[in-house]
Amino acid sequence: MQFKGYARPDGRVGTRNYIGVLSTVVCANEVVDRIARSVTGAAAFTHHQGCGQTPVDLERVNRALVGLGRNPNLAGVLLVGLGCEGVAVEEVAEEIRASGKRVECLVIQEEGGQARSVARGHLLAQELVAEASKVQPSPHPISELVLGLKCGASDTTQGLFATPAVGIVSDTVVAAGGTSVLGEVTEFIGAEHILARHARTPEVAERILALVKRMEDRAKAMGCDMRGGQPTGGNIKGGLTTIEEKSLGAIAKAGTAPVEAVYEYGETPTVRGLVVMDSPGREPEILTGLAAAGCNIIAFATGRGAPQGFPFVPVVKITGNIVTWTKLRDHMDCYVGTIMEGTESLPSAGRRLFEELIEYASGRLTKAEISGYSNSMDIYVTGPVI
Amino acid sequence: METKHGIDAVMLTEADNVATALKDLAQGEEARVGVGERTVLVPVRQVIAFGHKLAVTNIRAGGEIRKYGEVIGRATQDIPAGTHAHVHNVESLRGRGDLEAARKTNAV
Repeated sequence: MQFKGYARPDGRVGTRNYIGVLSTVVCANEVVDRIARSVTGAAAFTHHQGCGQTPVDLERVNRALVGLGRNPNLAGVLLVGLGCEGVAVEEVAEEIRASGKRVECLVIQEEGGQARSVARGHLLAQELVAEASKVQPSPHPISELVLGLKCGASDTTQGLFATPAVGIVSDTVVAAGGTSVLGEVTEFIGAEHILARHARTPEVAERILALVKRMEDRAKAMGCDMRGGQPTGGNIKGGLTTIEEKSLGAIAKAGTAPVEAVYEYGETPTVRGLVVMDSPGREPEILTGLAAAGCNIIAFATGRGAPQGFPFVPVVKITGNIVTWTKLRDHMDCYVGTIMEGTESLPSAGRRLFEELIEYASGRLTKAEISGYSNSMDIYVTGPVI
Repeated sequence: METKHGIDAVMLTEADNVATALKDLAQGEEARVGVGERTVLVPVRQVIAFGHKLAVTNIRAGGEIRKYGEVIGRATQDIPAGTHAHVHNVESLRGRGDLEAARKTNAV
């Protein structure tokens, strides 16, 4: 099986063919929005970071911007900065250019304000789109898929149908030589020992445990205990018995493949197979992190129905809850409640879901793309805003 | 929800020894438990609420509770097949300060 995608100069393959208008700092968001809104084929990425932060966070923002710019779903990039931000705009541009893409920079203070920046940005974006649209989609092997994994707005059905079905999809992509990226480290708590056992090497296992400890230590520094009180009273009432069970319901979306490597937030995997990336579970940060890691498609398992998408990566919504499937049909893409209804087994639902994912990778629009509910984005930071 | 032609409970893998109820199960009924491509029948010996688990085999006290093919806890008492497996007879093996202390003592 193959998917129809866009070959990029660095050898990676996009499932979409946008040009990205990326804000390097919170202060440039207005200009980015105005430019992207007026140009067909342009996707805006805005966020709340890029200045007044600790060096650790600024480095993370730099890395995320480079990763986003290099994402194969973008054919070209227009970076928009204010001019006095902490992010090193030219360095980010150079690193994105190294992937063979055309990158243009626009600095609001140099252009002479918003109106002039928008005017020139509009023209640059149009040029970039004209070039991008020359690239024709062609068939590519599944090994070129970089699948991002996400779950959220959970209910009882999510861990029983949606995440296990996504786990089968992830295993299928990995078995075909592709890559699957698991984030949401906060969801590992209580089952990190199990995930660590699935690590390819003892070093990878150590890094998984270290990621969870680091996430917990950050919470502890704020006086919060993320482990205590889990599962919650509501979880227990709903039938969840232990923290292991709760966390396994989330980790199930990563299937059964061994974990090959562990990466920092927004870092691009250098190996294929299942990898773990440091990230919290909240939608804007994890979706951005997965996009920065180079994911060209994201599978999002949900119970109660999460509508969020991302500007230039298709986010495929999968639910096993018939009420969500019917009531939120404008936001849901795939249904696996068939397992409960007895018309499909879990393995066959997983196979069908994989085929549907290939359709979405090949250009079928997700509901988030159709509805424009696709601006769930922000860069994850851990330090204070200064 | 209508599950007459579907399954009443689901096991995530063949290695599991508990299944999750997909509807309220009544004592005395035969639950159709889906696992992979198969459906197995398990006599229900206790009321099991939607979303709660029932043992599909006899689990001895101290035995592992397996779901997702992994150990999610340990039985604190015998859990006969068809009965409710939950916080009253299953304990977590994680975040247990008492177990960690005992392990350290044994290590010394």
